[in-house]
Amino acid sequence: MLERKFRLVVIGVSSGGVQALKRLLGALPADFPLPLAIVQHISPDAGDGMARLLEEFCAIRVKEADEQERIVAGTAYLAPPNYHLQVERGGLLSLAADGYVSYARPSVDVLFESAAAAFGRTLIGVVLTGANADGARGLKKIKDAGGLAIVQDPADAFAREMPAAALAATGPDYLLPLADIAVTLLRLAAAAQPGKKVADV
Amino acid sequence: MDDESDRVEDVEARLLLEGIEQVYGYDFRDYADASIRRRLAHWLAESPFDTLSQAQSSLLRDSKIFLSLLSGLTVNVTEMFRDPPFFKALREQVVPFLKTYPFVKIWHAGCATGEEAYSMAILLNEEGMAGRYRMYATDIDEAVLATAAEGVVPLAEMQKFTRNYQNSGGTASFADYYTARYGRALLAADLKKSIVFAPHNLTADGEFGEMNLVLCRNVMIYFKPSLKERCLKLFDASLVPGGFLCLGMKESLERRAIGASYQELLPTLRIYRKRYA
Ligand SMILES: C[S@@+](CC[C@H](N)C(=O)[O-])C[C@H]1O[C@@H](n2cnc3c(N)ncnc32)[C@H](O)[C@@H]1O
Repeated sequence: MLERKFRLVVIGVSSGGVQALKRLLGALPADFPLPLAIVQHISPDAGDGMARLLEEFCAIRVKEADEQERIVAGTAYLAPPNYHLQVERGGLLSLAADGYVSYARPSVDVLFESAAAAFGRTLIGVVLTGANADGARGLKKIKDAGGLAIVQDPADAFAREMPAAALAATGPDYLLPLADIAVTLLRLAAAAQPGKKVADV
Repeated sequence: MDDESDRVEDVEARLLLEGIEQVYGYDFRDYADASIRRRLAHWLAESPFDTLSQAQSSLLRDSKIFLSLLSGLTVNVTEMFRDPPFFKALREQVVPFLKTYPFVKIWHAGCATGEEAYSMAILLNEEGMAGRYRMYATDIDEAVLATAAEGVVPLAEMQKFTRNYQNSGGTASFADYYTARYGRALLAADLKKSIVFAPHNLTADGEFGEMNLVLCRNVMIYFKPSLKERCLKLFDASLVPGGFLCLGMKESLERRAIGASYQELLPTLRIYRKRYA
């Protein structure tokens, strides 16, 4: 199958995340045709400052996820501090106040596993910089469910452990420096739009 | 395979939840899928079974095995004075209204191991309301209720709870409220004098009459919108006019049927007051 229609991008990022998200999300145009759900490890007491900072900086919409919010294209949803973020079938977001998973809350694995089950092969998973192994198990689930995996080249990452753990868990479709991830997402997302084809996906 | 088509695991989960509802009367069918799926997978991994289909006959025939799943399906994570700004607002903005009544009734729906109810007792006693309230603290999970009734919390948590207490405007020394023993903190006995712990299932059981304050925090975030609507109706039916409804920090009455009958007391703290008319 050459032509693929993607419907959602999920991103996991930890230390070095603010800078990485600024560069990645900042490079996406306002009419980016997919929604993005993001877990950035963040202190439990942080407010929604992170979402507001990115919203100001980016052309796409950036906001903290609300419970049972419906995802729409061109919007990035950040997990709130202290809650896990999940994607439900049919494209609703849900939150969970469970304990830590993979030593984190929000946890990248929780987001990725829920999205893999709900979106299967129409999902793109991205693991960026971070100093722990959260996201590795989830990225493997995404691959197992037929989704596409992108990992930031550990050599290019502010903290290499998280992308390195993802690499050890599964073979990604793309291993890229941060600077190339936005273009790649744009190219992949273009296939989601009728009339455009991407030959090498 | 079509992306929206069911994977075998989803079919198995749905059949099992259907069976559990019919055999035990616990209805998890309207819980949000992602959390339920994760918990079923977690329980399965720790069990001797390979698949949910394989586990199904044991689960439906052996209530002991079912109970192990039941506590796996409920998330009992809680804290004393969880979200200190919320408890501060309760103390400063809600208690003054409660004090105008000779006696108030409070319902904690989904109280887990009781930390929230004990926090409330501390707060009310400090504000001079000792003896003037009754609290009903309920949960679907009887195992956590037994822990709650004991009034014991892990000692390791006390540092965090103390910080929460102080940030919520606590006026006393938190250490006076418990005794440390064998790695556990035994909460002062007089705190539970006015608390009744009882089983109550939000998917099946009825309302509590004439409540002045209902708290249901971090319970309905696990529910699908339809079940959440049903629960909100239940709380609405339980509250007196002018009564207060408190939700978790990421839950709101926005776009909910009962929303129009409530006024948000303080933005972002999820404290709502039922209108009189
Ligand atoms: C995450 S805890 C919340 C505890 C506390 N309210 C707090 O915010 O810290 C959720 C609780 O809801 C309970 N629960 C789940 N489904 C329920 C139902 N149908 N009826 C009553 N309680 C339920 C669980 O057993 C669990 O103890």
